Amino acid sequence: MNTANLISVDEFCVCHGIDQTFIHALQQIGLIELTRDETSVYIYGDELPQLEKFVRLYAEFNINVEGIETVALLLERITSLQDEIIALKNRLRLYEDIE
Amino acid sequence: MTFIDYYKILGLDKTATPKDIKDAYRKLAKQYHPDLNPNDKEAQRKFQQINEANEVLSDPEKRKKYDLYGKDWEHAEAFEQARQRQQQQGAGSQRSRYSGSASEGDFSDFFEAMFGAGAGRERRSQVRFRGEDYHAELQLQLIDAAQTHKQTLTVNGKNIRITIPAGIENGQVIKIAGHGGPGVNGGPNGDLYITFSIANHPTVKRLDNNLYTTVDLDLYTAVLGGEIIINVLNEKIKVKVKPETQNGTVVKLKGKGFPVYKQEGRFGDLFVTYAIRIPTNLTDRQKALFTELSKM
Repeated sequence: MNTANLISVDEFCVCHGIDQTFIHALQQIGLIELTRDETSVYIYGDELPQLEKFVRLYAEFNINVEGIETVALLLERITSLQDEIIALKNRLRLYEDIE
Repeated sequence: MTFIDYYKILGLDKTATPKDIKDAYRKLAKQYHPDLNPNDKEAQRKFQQINEANEVLSDPEKRKKYDLYGKDWEHAEAFEQARQRQQQQGAGSQRSRYSGSASEGDFSDFFEAMFGAGAGRERRSQVRFRGEDYHAELQLQLIDAAQTHKQTLTVNGKNIRITIPAGIENGQVIKIAGHGGPGVNGGPNGDLYITFSIANHPTVKRLDNNLYTTVDLDLYTAVLGGEIIINVLNEKIKVKVKPETQNGTVVKLKGKGFPVYKQEGRFGDLFVTYAIRIPTNLTDRQKALFTELSKM
């Protein structure tokens, strides 16, 4: 397996001082995806920023996994609303006066 | 460089106890934490201020220096030297600090002038951290967004050449992986996020991939029909005008709109609204002919 874009869960947990059960709990509720080979479990590199955010919420705000799931859902909604605002603003430009 | 009132930032006064500072910091840091305020530059700016205020006020030594010399920060260095001569030792304290996201920025010039560059990063451990994400805004003209082109950006002193695909939207964000801040202790670099801001065009409006424009049509062509050439984003398009075209008529020119993002060869449509212009400064002969027409 090509592990170039994968980060070992062991290494990640040691670096961030967190327990591996936290990572597996995030996977169980579908917030992150993990992959495994014969020896290790890995995190996908492109999921790293999102995962680090969850670690901060967990470690700094003492938010548990269920709370993180809710926060993630609400943040997704915020982002979706922000996209909608941009789309509406672009639509509104149609009706702005042509100079 | 302006004086920064760290007490005011945390909503405290000078009599605040370490517990007051910790509580105020914790409350505000949660409120403005970048992880909880996505794409909110103002929240990110406030979060940096709050972190900086906490960095100073939660450290007894820094707080003492700030209280004494805050407004006269230029003299802080002299104070520092005197303090070292007296070999005073500051008491340690338990401080907590939110790391924010990787987008956590630098401290202010005021902070660095007073406490030295890097003073706020003393608690970094040997843990590898992904570098800070950079956010930049790039302004484009509508005509530039209509064609794939390369552009060189200067981000934090580094030139980055990027390809901007035709059809990019106003407000769209693209990620340039690995062009953010350098990782800490061998961690990966952060990413660069570019938000595109596309200026309104004076005569052409865009919605998704469709373009909208209004063109003047002389009365005679409107009545009798004919052919006109319209210029849309520097492209000349020949349009057939049907006889007896009414003012405000909208015609759709399929495939003459804006390029579809990352779908080469696909375009939206162009919608042309006719604004019929009534002739002015008529000659006597023209007036007579219009009169004759009106009686028919």
